[in-house]
Amino acid sequence: MDEESPTKVGLNTEKAQEWSPLVSWRSFVRGSAKLVLNLSGIESVREAEAEAEAEAGVAMAGSSIMENLFQRTLEDLIKGMRLQLIGESTFISKATEEIRREIKSTDHHTKSTALQKLAYLSAVHGVDMSWACFHVVEVMSSPRFAHKRIGYHAASQSFHQDTPVLLLITNQLRKDLSSANHFEVSLALECLSRIATPDLARDLTPELFNLLSTARVFVRKKAIAVVLRLFDNYPDAVRVCFKRLVENLESSDPQLVIAVIGVFCELAAKDPRSYLPLAPEFYRILVDSKNNWVLIKVLKVFAKLAPLEPRLGKRIVEPVCDNMRRSGAKSLVFECVRTVLTCLSGYESAVKLAVEKVKELVVDQDPNLRYLGLHALSVAVPEHLWAVLENKEAVIKSLSDEDSNIKIESLRLLMAMVSESHVVDISRVLLNYALKSDPEFCNEILGSILTTCGRNVYEIVDDFDWYVSLLGEMATIPNCQKGEEIETQLVDIGMRVRDARMQLVQVGRDLLIDPALLGNVHLHRILCAAAWVAGEYVEVAANPFELMDALLQPRTNLLPPSIRAVYINAAFKILIFCLDCYLLQNEGSTSLDSGNLAGGQSELFCVKDDTEAAELATREGSNYEQDVGFNPKNTAESSEDHSAENDIDRVASHDQTLAHPTLLAKKKFMHESIVNLLNRIELIFGPLIANQNVDVLERAQNMLSLVQLIKEEIIDNSFQNVDKKDTRVSAIIKLMRDAFTMELGPVSTSAQGRVAVPDGLVLKENLGDLQAICGDVELPSSSSLSTGGPHLATTSDASSNLLKNEESGTLNESTSLIEHRKRHGLYYLPSEKSEIVTDEYPPANDPKSNSNINDEASELVKLTEQSFLPKKRTNQTKPRPVVVKLDDGDVAPISVKRPESRDDSLSGAIKDVLLGSETGPSMSQSNPSDKSSRKQKEKKKPNTNVQSEMKENVVDAEKPDSENPNSSSKNHGHTRDRRHRGKEKIVEGEEHDQRGKKKSGHRHGRRKTHQRAKSPLNVVSQTPVIPDFLL
Amino acid sequence: MHKLQCWIDKMGIRFVLMVNKQGQTRLAQYYEYLTLEERRTLEGEIVRKCLARNEHKCSFVEHRNYKIVYRRYASLFFLVGVDDGENELAILEFIHLLVETMDRHFGNVCELDIMFHLEKVHFMLEEMVVNGCIVETSKANILTPVQLLDKAS
Repeated sequence: MDEESPTKVGLNTEKAQEWSPLVSWRSFVRGSAKLVLNLSGIESVREAEAEAEAEAGVAMAGSSIMENLFQRTLEDLIKGMRLQLIGESTFISKATEEIRREIKSTDHHTKSTALQKLAYLSAVHGVDMSWACFHVVEVMSSPRFAHKRIGYHAASQSFHQDTPVLLLITNQLRKDLSSANHFEVSLALECLSRIATPDLARDLTPELFNLLSTARVFVRKKAIAVVLRLFDNYPDAVRVCFKRLVENLESSDPQLVIAVIGVFCELAAKDPRSYLPLAPEFYRILVDSKNNWVLIKVLKVFAKLAPLEPRLGKRIVEPVCDNMRRSGAKSLVFECVRTVLTCLSGYESAVKLAVEKVKELVVDQDPNLRYLGLHALSVAVPEHLWAVLENKEAVIKSLSDEDSNIKIESLRLLMAMVSESHVVDISRVLLNYALKSDPEFCNEILGSILTTCGRNVYEIVDDFDWYVSLLGEMATIPNCQKGEEIETQLVDIGMRVRDARMQLVQVGRDLLIDPALLGNVHLHRILCAAAWVAGEYVEVAANPFELMDALLQPRTNLLPPSIRAVYINAAFKILIFCLDCYLLQNEGSTSLDSGNLAGGQSELFCVKDDTEAAELATREGSNYEQDVGFNPKNTAESSEDHSAENDIDRVASHDQTLAHPTLLAKKKFMHESIVNLLNRIELIFGPLIANQNVDVLERAQNMLSLVQLIKEEIIDNSFQNVDKKDTRVSAIIKLMRDAFTMELGPVSTSAQGRVAVPDGLVLKENLGDLQAICGDVELPSSSSLSTGGPHLATTSDASSNLLKNEESGTLNESTSLIEHRKRHGLYYLPSEKSEIVTDEYPPANDPKSNSNINDEASELVKLTEQSFLPKKRTNQTKPRPVVVKLDDGDVAPISVKRPESRDDSLSGAIKDVLLGSETGPSMSQSNPSDKSSRKQKEKKKPNTNVQSEMKENVVDAEKPDSENPNSSSKNHGHTRDRRHRGKEKIVEGEEHDQRGKKKSGHRHGRRKTHQRAKSPLNVVSQTPVIPDFLL
Repeated sequence: MHKLQCWIDKMGIRFVLMVNKQGQTRLAQYYEYLTLEERRTLEGEIVRKCLARNEHKCSFVEHRNYKIVYRRYASLFFLVGVDDGENELAILEFIHLLVETMDRHFGNVCELDIMFHLEKVHFMLEEMVVNGCIVETSKANILTPVQLLDKAS
């Protein structure tokens, strides 16, 4: 491509400035000149016609001359628009009024000028002109070319399928299409190309058929281009016109070839298979043509055909490479590169040459070429990752390009290079990039990390503790707007990956505890997930009280009600957990103190609990109690250490109830702390009873009632006096606890399909009526907001009151939070920290940061180098945790792209024409059957998968059940029976292996289907589509 | 990956716009039917997107399902909406050809020439592009009918 400088044909603005003062003067002169000319009767086209009119009728003539004289031309209108002082919209509406009057004129000239003005206003200023459609038809039928032109232009601009007068123009179009004046034919063709409907296409096919072989190249080339539109609307036209179209393809006139190749390029894009028989023609054009535009188009055609017929690739690879080497036009070279990378990827030397060219592009000065170079690389990713890796330095450099489009391209490429072995490091570096880029690109980076890591149920993530912390880190990036995605993944990982829960709760706590985050609207969704996780998996939390503190902090009133409700529910779960532990511990201590007496009682609650463990637990607990007093931080750490040690035990332990005592060891559920907790909850949730949101209100109310109930029973009873009341409370708590320990699992997208339709339930096929019923029902979230809507003022009042209350009345509240902050300063993300962060990462254009960027860039380069290494998990310090995966349901269904029915009929018609009578019927039959068989195969595949999957599930479920009733079965996602927490290590390992095998098998299978879908080569090569002599 | 698949699915020119620095439309030619409202919003979005970019950025912008290839000549932006499969550089050449053709006809063409001779510019465009396909790339051929028209009137 010749990059000529734009200044050569510069449109200079000075000229415009020079012009503008002249405008009024000129229009004056012209206006008077017109008057003079008209009166003196000197011939001018327009005036001559006015005279003709004048001759026709005296009365009529008088009015039309007057109209003609004083009508503003389009030029006057444009000038007036530039000089108007009354505001553009007023001017336009005035002009439109004028046009409405003028367009009714019987004088052709006045009418067409009015229409011309209207069309201008419509095109440039968006004025409606649908009302004038009848006038358009009138002007179209004018005998004068100048008028006809205006009419046609207006028609092609404003007519569409639903225009009522469309039926009226069929004859006019037919007449003009067969006119001797080729400009008129050209007008009609142009118009038809824009407004053709199935009816018009059907009626005018014969005319177009004639034009396809006319000797006048001027109209023939246009007719060729219009045929495409005809085929789209009326596939039967193919039977009539296709042969002539092919004849044009064989023509040697370059003007025709450029048009016809454009048409075939479009046709081949929709259904390439039908055009395989024309390959020799295309090949001839590829070799002979000197026109770059034609070459580009023919390359596009081959890019479609080559995957269908392997012999074609062999044939074209030479000329393509030739063009790539020789041509000076960048556009053609680029098209060659693209063709090679998309469909000639088997030809090594060609690919090498193409990658060479790409290498030149990606380092070019011109941002356009850099962008396209990266784009070409992204085409190469699936087949030739090495090409990307070879250019990785340029790719990484582009990550800090000025143009965001280029940055996004390079980000996509970088993510394509990510593999298990270095996803950790690349994500780290990218996150640093995200911190210092503009908000838009920052979120682009975050989004691509999230999608890459989340792909195929976290396929490339080995270390979930790391990934979960990464998610937490993303949430604290100031510009993060990916709340929704992070929310989904946090919850999803919680449900799928049991081993990640501990870290998940930890991350959740870090987020919840930071009061600064509550003010950020974009983080609310993440906090929602964090709260849910904290509540759901509180049993693995390091310190439930701390979580409770975080959930109860005053700034939570900044949250929207829907999320607040989640907070309250999480607090409820934590409370239940704390009480449960407290009561159990109580049992233990009493059993220690009063020996056998409590033994009987403990059996009441923990049937399988063995007192030994409980004793051990309490002993440990008391040990830690001593520590607490002196050095809380130390305990926190030691308890973490301890938890790490206990981790394995805990996982291995068989019984849910057994987990409690070990946990008790870590957490101190003192009578006092429980009472404090209950008091705080009462204090915080008291005001919520007046909340406007029903959800919040109801949950707070539930919580409060429970607290009151418990308080009555617990507070008065000291440790030693355990009486029967306490057991009643225990029973309640136990019940609730049991309800919450039911584990939630991921649900397969196809789960609904497995539920049998109950008898008597009639399901409707069409849910159209639902629209009528639910039309005015708002979404739940918005409706809950809208209830607050009318009372907005009062709500804010209430909340401010609430704030005041909390500030004045409950001073101890805030002090306790400050206390808490002091004690656990380590865990608070100080609000100043964000500033520190910005200091750490100065804006990208800061000169200081350049070295930083370079460092990071080189780091990335090093990292991506690892992609060369075989993808082995080298640092296998711990095995990848089990990820619950519903194989058939989770993976997005591979959508089988079905060609539209019209295309089908189109391609059928084309095949009939191309292959003639001898192979015609068999082909047109074989194609659909081939397609359907492919479809069937693809359908069959998942089915067998499901079956084998189900079998495996059954085996999995049965084996552990028979061997060890307590080990968890794999399909707990469906059964929801998660009482048994323990898991035998060996079973886990086995399962892991199986999973790995199955996964690879599954992946393999998918790749196969993919290949088949992409290149059904074998099918074609068997059918005798292309005679051998051609190739 | 999915994106790449549809990358080569469709091709062709969908619309040609000429917009000045202030964002006023000077010429709008659509090769598919859009309602006035759709046109207005589309133009608004595209103009906002493209006019904000400086000359150090590339000339290709993805918008909705279009790819916009644009180029600035002095005060005027030429924006061409194409399908994803179109060759971007070739479209840039097409824009340049259009400008050169206008330049040959008007002589040192400027924004006002296009404003006041919109129908001629349309005429040239119609010679170059029919139904979204480029059918003519020779300046002389493009200008013949326009010159004939000039002579006739």
